[in-house]
Amino acid sequence: MEVDQLQRSFLEYTTSLFREGFLDGQFGQLQMLQDESNPDFVVEVVSLFFEDSQRILNDLSITLNQQNVDYKKIDANVPQLKGSSSSIGAQRVRNACIAFRNFCEEQNADACRRCLQQVKQEYLLVKEKLEALIRLEQQIVAAGGAIPMLNEFS
Amino acid sequence: MGVAADSQFHVLAVDDSLIDRKLIERLLKISSFQVTTVDSGSKALEFLGWRHDEDGERKHSSNQTSVEVNLVITDYCMPGMTGYDLLKKMKECSYLKNIPVVIMSSENVQSRITRCLEEGAEEFFLKPVRLTDVNKLKPHMIMMMKNKNHFQENQEHDFKVEQSDSDLIRLPTEEQSLQQHNSNNNNNKRKSMDDGLPLDRARPRYNGALTVLSN
Repeated sequence: MEVDQLQRSFLEYTTSLFREGFLDGQFGQLQMLQDESNPDFVVEVVSLFFEDSQRILNDLSITLNQQNVDYKKIDANVPQLKGSSSSIGAQRVRNACIAFRNFCEEQNADACRRCLQQVKQEYLLVKEKLEALIRLEQQIVAAGGAIPMLNEFS
Repeated sequence: MGVAADSQFHVLAVDDSLIDRKLIERLLKISSFQVTTVDSGSKALEFLGWRHDEDGERKHSSNQTSVEVNLVITDYCMPGMTGYDLLKKMKECSYLKNIPVVIMSSENVQSRITRCLEEGAEEFFLKPVRLTDVNKLKPHMIMMMKNKNHFQENQEHDFKVEQSDSDLIRLPTEEQSLQQHNSNNNNNKRKSMDDGLPLDRARPRYNGALTVLSN
């Protein structure tokens, strides 16, 4: 594909992710912080988000599989995931974390398990989307083009 | 005198989250600050040369620290020492209390914000922190440097006065010294210090008396 075609599909794809609420303006901020001196900033932060989320989701699964659920652990883990998802602009993961936290306060184990499934689902969705977006970015760079700016979203 | 536009301010950023450390580091670097990041309040105190001791202030090893920190920006919610604990420790220490502290938090809890501002935090940023937030940091650092320079000037001045007439010693109020400074430093191309400062804060308003050099 030609560079301008790749750039166009990058913009279209990003626009669709914003429109469907997978990403919010914070992701645009990350893109703005990437420049020649730091060409891999977004990829680095997104990779950290994947590692962080996977670890937290595993911990939460273990905690919620226990007979006696330790709500303190959940109460420590969920805000971490909420924090990193909002730092990356993964809006739907963040929103699912907010609901999760409310049920944790109620100490409602069944609702917490449902919330965990919800958060996992949203995480896997946004992960897939972000990976596709990064692949597009890499194709643009490989073709010698520049990543289009996302000013309108930030 | 005055702060050169190209002088590099050094910011110490404290956050237990690696993602957020990456983010704040990048935000600060893109704003041309020199940045050091640490992952806990105790490491921040260590970096600042603070020592826990009966006689803490005297044991402060400020002379051993080669780097000067112009501002500390810290997350509120951290395991062990919170950002609020760090703020309190710094404000209790005579060597660190003049360093401006800014708190960041992902929770918009009014009582928390009030508590931090009352304890002496300059700003409270809601996470995720944005470039527009980081733009508010420079005035606090410039203010600290100006106050420090004036303190030194006043000390020298008072020393001379003391020798001639000890009854006349009087430290100028902060506002007087700021105005004095302003008159020494006339420049039309300056930006009002008031930009971006919260309006609800109980603090003296300088209404252009204190100004900063823009980039």
